Amino acid sequence: MRSSFPLFPDSASTHAGTVDAIFIIWSLVSIFFTALIAGLIVYFMARYRRRHSEEVGANEEVSVWLEIAWSVIPLAICLAMFVWGTRSFFDLYRPPADAVEYTAIGRQWMWKIQHPEGQREIDTLHVPVGQSIKMKLASEDVIHSFYIPAFRIKQDAVPGRYTSIWFRASKPGVYHLFCAEYCGAEHSRMIGSVIVMEPRDYQNWLAGGSAGKSMVASGGDLFQSLACVTCHRAGATGRLARGPALEGVFGSPVKLVDGRTVIADDNYVRESILNPTAKVVAGWDPVMPTFQGQVTEEQLSQLIAYVRSLGPIGSAPAGGTGGTPAGTTTADSPSAATTPQTAGPGAPQ
Amino acid sequence: MNTTAAAPPVTTTAETAFRRPNYLNAAYGVRSWLLTRDHKRIAILYLISVTTFFAIGSLFALLIRLELLTPEGDLFQPDTYNRLFTMHGVVMVFFFLIPAIPAVLGNFLVPLMIGAKDLAFPKLNLASWYVYNLGGIFTLWAIIHGGVDTGWTFYTPFSTHYSNTYVIATALGIFINGFSTIFTGLNFIVTIHRMRAPGLTWFRLPLFIWATYATSVIIVLGTPVIAITLLLVAVEKTFHLGIFDPALGGDPVLFQHMFWFYSHPAVYIMILPAMGVESELIAAFARKRIVGYKVVAFASIAIAVLGFLVWGHHMFVAGESIYAATIFSVLSMLVAIPSAVKVFNWTATLYQGSISFQTPMLYALGFIGLFTLGGLTGVMVATLGFDVHVHDTYFVVAHFHYIMVGGTIMGYLGGLHYWWPKISGKLYPAFLSKLAALLVFVGFNLTFFPQFILGYLGMPRRYWSYPPEFQVLNVLSTAGASILGVGYLLPLCYFIWSMRYGKDSGDNPWGAVGLEWDTTSPPPTENFYTTPVVTHGPYEYNREEVHNRMSQEVTLG
Repeated sequence: MRSSFPLFPDSASTHAGTVDAIFIIWSLVSIFFTALIAGLIVYFMARYRRRHSEEVGANEEVSVWLEIAWSVIPLAICLAMFVWGTRSFFDLYRPPADAVEYTAIGRQWMWKIQHPEGQREIDTLHVPVGQSIKMKLASEDVIHSFYIPAFRIKQDAVPGRYTSIWFRASKPGVYHLFCAEYCGAEHSRMIGSVIVMEPRDYQNWLAGGSAGKSMVASGGDLFQSLACVTCHRAGATGRLARGPALEGVFGSPVKLVDGRTVIADDNYVRESILNPTAKVVAGWDPVMPTFQGQVTEEQLSQLIAYVRSLGPIGSAPAGGTGGTPAGTTTADSPSAATTPQTAGPGAPQ
Repeated sequence: MNTTAAAPPVTTTAETAFRRPNYLNAAYGVRSWLLTRDHKRIAILYLISVTTFFAIGSLFALLIRLELLTPEGDLFQPDTYNRLFTMHGVVMVFFFLIPAIPAVLGNFLVPLMIGAKDLAFPKLNLASWYVYNLGGIFTLWAIIHGGVDTGWTFYTPFSTHYSNTYVIATALGIFINGFSTIFTGLNFIVTIHRMRAPGLTWFRLPLFIWATYATSVIIVLGTPVIAITLLLVAVEKTFHLGIFDPALGGDPVLFQHMFWFYSHPAVYIMILPAMGVESELIAAFARKRIVGYKVVAFASIAIAVLGFLVWGHHMFVAGESIYAATIFSVLSMLVAIPSAVKVFNWTATLYQGSISFQTPMLYALGFIGLFTLGGLTGVMVATLGFDVHVHDTYFVVAHFHYIMVGGTIMGYLGGLHYWWPKISGKLYPAFLSKLAALLVFVGFNLTFFPQFILGYLGMPRRYWSYPPEFQVLNVLSTAGASILGVGYLLPLCYFIWSMRYGKDSGDNPWGAVGLEWDTTSPPPTENFYTTPVVTHGPYEYNREEVHNRMSQEVTLG
């Protein structure tokens, strides 16, 4: 139960302790320097109070060493805090290998959340304690920001690209979910709850809901119904091979017609569906039609989940594809998770 | 400072002071004001304009605080509330904080402090005031017709495709206003380079001039970028060209880069002049040379330069590359160092000073306290892992109000109280003005300190309604804002009162040094009776001539 007048927020993720530690150390530093300055001012005010109207101050300069000290000490403190803060920041964008991916799509004015097993929720997020969860974020309209104060995490959901952040909940309970980036009239009502449960309870909750299909299965259905499969077919040769096979592509480097190599991450696959001619794989013609406007944000993430699930198969894809699935199939390389490489300017419709 | 001669001598009695010709009684009538080219009269015009906009912006703030008294949104509709905080930001940032110190105190003092008769381009100076008001009228027009609800940051694609309010009119108002700022900055740069009195070398300049110079450089280099950015928003909104909107192939984060490339340096446009005022006040009321004069002067320049390299710290959670974020974080830490050094220098100046506690000094001491806290929380939010949690919460709101309100407005009010006898030739009531300074300090802290806690608890900014556990701190904040409001109203009343009923101040009521105090108060139109010749640095209180004038000092009240 929340206190009616809290002065310190709940801590419910493995990351929260680090942020709190930085906060407390910084606060102590701030209190020390504020007290030092205030103390000196009060002391000087009393000690050097003007006694008569013709009195003037002494023309003393302070020693050079004192000036160096009050430049170097703050600098050293700042740099130490910088290193600490940056380490904790990098951690936030490098999810552990066992992280499970959830999707949250922001729109005016709700969060649409989808679990890997297929459960969907609006403005509510159920998560099990102890599980690393990577939130993949997208927006259907304006910029939103996915903020869970009790976890000390926040990440903007930017239209036209994916961003992500991860957490591991550490304490069962009900916590706030806020939109932190101003997004229009009902911005302050774009709030919800994060319900952290024991793993067993979470499994019960999953079983109790009308789950429908998992992300991957839904993506597989879309892959058929949108006829992606006609061109992107494993092992196809000859006339049937109109596009590169996708098995094992996700997460590995792809060579493009213009000679560049990119990592086939969330943002690359997204762009290839919505704007296929932007980065064509070497050896293929730019014949794929755009699916802009035909797939929703949710369907996009299902399709991507499906593409990611296509592990490398024994038989290599048809010749001519530059994207040999030799690379790793890790869900996401750390840099790929945050590098905003799609949705650059240009490529007008 | 040492002037060759001054006739009539500066030691005339208060009684005769006002009969002398001065810039106020040089001519009468509306025309003599609206067509003036005298920098001092233009400063007064600016004083009236920025005070009007400050009142409008404060009214919005008051309404915001009233709505936030209760967790439920019960006073306004949410879109009304969104307009209120947007227009509070727009009016305060662009029409008060940026022009306040440069256009009022800077305009009045730059020629006086360097021994010049006027600014280099007096007509351009007058034009800047008209352009400022034209921009203001556009913005007021937008406000009266229903306002704008994008936040003062105008983030895309919300501002370009989802807001149905007066985005273009407001953007145009800010665009036009930018030119007035550029005119002022340009004028200061040329004036400070070309029109210094004989003997007034760069290192004999008062620190207010150094700060104004650094500010002017930022203004001239930075303001065009915001103008271009707002123009691109208008182009995208009008012609549906894909620049920032991803649906048209644009990049919304590009807008944030361009916006903050100006708007972060703009924070230094607001705070650097206040730091300049602070140096003058500390020197005058401790009667002592500022410790580390050159360090303080170069710190202003360092802040101006580094200030252009830290804009990315507004985008740590916006999808910026983590490596870019790292660079912006460390640079943001570095820009804090010259600010910290200044605080230590001011404090050290008090050591062995001769400290008096007149009203301007109370503002100066308040400035140090509030600016220190604002600066320290600034390096906190520059710390990457920490910023992720407090970004876009009330912690950030509290932080930048400590800098902008606690810093800039304390500096502005302190400066007004210090130079008011120079501007008007009158004294204001001592007790009332000290009470106002105290109310501002207490009210300010009560308003904004609880917001640090609110922010760490996780209350996002720009929320019209909020979870009930945040109420107690919000009530404290609103209570503080009421006190702060009274603290701001008092000076308005007694300054106006003093113009008619105040005692004559004499030429130099504080016994301060500085070229501006070497002439009469109020100064004649041409500022000096003869061109001053400078033979030593500013703040030289340990001299024979200075001693003689100390006996002239008037104690307020």
